[in-house]
Amino acid sequence: MDVPAALSALAPRLSHAATTATGVRRLSGGASQETWAFDLDDGTPLILRRRPSGGSMSAAALPLSTEAALLAAVAPRGVPAPEVIHVCEPGDGLGEAYVMRRLSGETLGKRIVRDEAFAAIRPGLARRCGEVLAAIHTTPLEGLPPLNVSDAAGELARYETVYRQSGARRPVFEAAFRWLEERAPPPLERPMLVHGDFRNGNLMVSPQAGLVGVLDWELAHLGDPAEDLGWICVNSWRFGEWRRPVGGFGDYQDLLDGYAIAGGEPVSLGRLLFWQALGSLKWGVMCLMMYASFATGVDSSIERAMIGRRASETEIDLVLLMEQAA
Amino acid sequence: MITHPTAVELTEALAGVEAGPPGDARAAFIARVADNARATLEREAALGPAAEAAAVGRLRILLAREGDFETLNAELCARLRDGRLTPLDPAVLAHLKASALDQLAIDQPSYWGVAALQALR
Repeated sequence: MDVPAALSALAPRLSHAATTATGVRRLSGGASQETWAFDLDDGTPLILRRRPSGGSMSAAALPLSTEAALLAAVAPRGVPAPEVIHVCEPGDGLGEAYVMRRLSGETLGKRIVRDEAFAAIRPGLARRCGEVLAAIHTTPLEGLPPLNVSDAAGELARYETVYRQSGARRPVFEAAFRWLEERAPPPLERPMLVHGDFRNGNLMVSPQAGLVGVLDWELAHLGDPAEDLGWICVNSWRFGEWRRPVGGFGDYQDLLDGYAIAGGEPVSLGRLLFWQALGSLKWGVMCLMMYASFATGVDSSIERAMIGRRASETEIDLVLLMEQAA
Repeated sequence: MITHPTAVELTEALAGVEAGPPGDARAAFIARVADNARATLEREAALGPAAEAAAVGRLRILLAREGDFETLNAELCARLRDGRLTPLDPAVLAHLKASALDQLAIDQPSYWGVAALQALR
């Protein structure tokens, strides 16, 4: 697959003034998708998201056309998200893919949480996250592509199965599964659109404009809105600023206030904390899963081996949450 | 005591690390991860035996039975799973907390969750 050539051929359809694509470069790529940055010769900065040829689609990841449809559905609601320019067709020669505008800003959580450049926007960022989440969650479901539905008990059971398959014997996880199982909120009568991975790393922030883009919609589903509110509070993405639970930059009340003011149905702190704890437990199990790809020889890199040693950070966080609940 | 990965697996993974071309970002990242793995192995060699002995000592009292670390740890997991021990039982939590702190001192001593836990009265 010659991605630069295919993008150049596509250029005139992406912008009337364009004749070719320039500066095509791969930004990142996992097994399930690739991200490429490029420019058109009329100066338009763009991003291509595509499924690699022969790439395995992880069970949870959405079709890219669904991701594009979600971006298009939330943008008119005031959710900062990249504008989709083109969903690729077979004739484009890019496989399953879409093109969106490239935003400028920072996604590295460590910089957003700690750099002086972001000091001015940090105090309002948690509230803004609450407002944006309310806009996402209240998106009308009519017209959306099919999405998985999940709830707290189902997520717990899913991750417990993965944990059992790992063969690990980790008493903190055993305790956390039972503790959370007893407290799992019942499924919502009307599940809502949930981003599924709303945290530092997937939030593009500008030092001047604040939150300019919510990225990586591949885990979007229908479920409990408190899932998104809890996930951004998981200690693993506070980058040292553990006293500011919302992403290392804000307080719970800022997030919940922004959420309520923007029309989100009120969520109690207790419900948020349930999902935060489940988030830590999920991240811990994910670390074990990533280690498993090393252990089974799928990816023998030191990086994959070492991520298993991050499971213990989630154990510390879970012990703290259980102590606070005891 | 520590698995997923064990020290032996980490040592094997380190043996597979090859130097990349100078200036290559991916190779530089891998080199940093490898340095981190070596430091983790050093901490585990220094702190691991005492951490395991302390865990065995706590587990003997908590479970009122004898055994090595693997046996006792598996027994604790089984009792938590079937409800013979409850998650918020203070004696259980005290053991979980001590074990988590000991393991993090090996895996990731700079993790800020340690400070958060220690700030709790």
